Amino acid sequence: MKIFEMLIPMTWEGLKVTMSVFAITLIVSLPLAIFVALLKGSKNKYIYKFTSAYIYVMRGTPLLLQLMFIFFGFHYIPVIGYAFTRYQAIYIAFILNYTAYFTEIIRGGINTIDIGQFEATKVLGMSKSFAFTRIILPQVMKNIIPSLGNEIITLVKDTSLVYILGVTDILKAAKSVSNTYSTFTPYIFVAFVYLGIIAIMTNILSSIESKFDYYR
Amino acid sequence: MGLVVENISKSFGKIKVFDHLSFEVDAGSILCVEGKSGEGKTTLLRCLNKLEQVDEGSIFIDGENILQLKDARKIGSKIGLVFQNYNLFPHLTVMENLTITPNYLKIMNKEDVNLKAKKILKSLEIEDKENMYPYQLSGGQKQRVAIARACMLNPAVLCFDEPTSALDEDTSQKISSIIKNLANQGMAIIVVTHDIKFSRDISDLILKLEDGKLNRMQ
Repeated sequence: MKIFEMLIPMTWEGLKVTMSVFAITLIVSLPLAIFVALLKGSKNKYIYKFTSAYIYVMRGTPLLLQLMFIFFGFHYIPVIGYAFTRYQAIYIAFILNYTAYFTEIIRGGINTIDIGQFEATKVLGMSKSFAFTRIILPQVMKNIIPSLGNEIITLVKDTSLVYILGVTDILKAAKSVSNTYSTFTPYIFVAFVYLGIIAIMTNILSSIESKFDYYR
Repeated sequence: MGLVVENISKSFGKIKVFDHLSFEVDAGSILCVEGKSGEGKTTLLRCLNKLEQVDEGSIFIDGENILQLKDARKIGSKIGLVFQNYNLFPHLTVMENLTITPNYLKIMNKEDVNLKAKKILKSLEIEDKENMYPYQLSGGQKQRVAIARACMLNPAVLCFDEPTSALDEDTSQKISSIIKNLANQGMAIIVVTHDIKFSRDISDLILKLEDGKLNRMQ
């Protein structure tokens, strides 16, 4: 039982880190991704190329490497070099990475909307911003919730990557306790913690999905 | 007053859809444009509603050239379009489909917008559908909601793209009397159709679009 006296408080502290990385990434990335998705749809070729390159880099390199680059490597860049704190680096890397993935999901969602919907808003004289927020986006959200859900669940598990910067999340807490007591039990314990978080997320996503069931 | 189209032309690349078309539709009258598939009837309506840019020419509504209209928000009060597949907003109720644009454009206060929507729905005999979503409606009901949505902005000209293509005989007749009613209220109506019986029934003038030119039929 001594193992749990160490494991539970450490897991609790780790859980705070896991959940804060998860929540801040989600809250910032989603609106940012809507904005980037609109930029990617721009007719300006420079804006299009810039957003495409950003998405390519973010999706084409591991999140672990991005974390390391922003924390260890960024201050070596001449002129703009700046040394981020651990948490700044974590939030920046997660937000940049997940914004790229969410952007592609939202772009895909926008492309599923019938062109007639855009044309109807134009014929009626709606502005582009009003048409997007009131007519297009609600339909996009309904279409992308399943894919968004997958990405949100992946985000919960990806938070374990913060260990590389020496920050203790729930997985690192389990590792510390496992090393102290030479037992695998802490890992099994945190596996259930992850499953619990995922179960809550799945339920929330299902209820959001069913809220959109009122129309077809 | 009404619609005056002068010498409009439209091409897609090297393909000329129509060439120097000119016609007029007076307020209160109905023009039907017939033609085979692919002759450019829908493109003509899209040009009138500024969904496509004409290569040249002018489109006047009540004396104002809408091609030079700077404020895009005014387009809906000049000319409206009832799409072939209606393009209702699926996530909004019938009532919301009708009220969202006038409320956004602030053309009158919210109470008046609601009253007007109810009045139009009643005149189209779908007042009991106001809280329904488009997927819960039949084709004819969706058509009427689309007409109601366009009428909310009081357009001087209302265009219909193949209004009877997906409707049975009875519903077509109902739509026909609705369109005649709108003309009687002073709207200039343009109907694009390949339904000859329907166009003979409702039109004051029939033009046939063929090889990029409009020929008078009646």
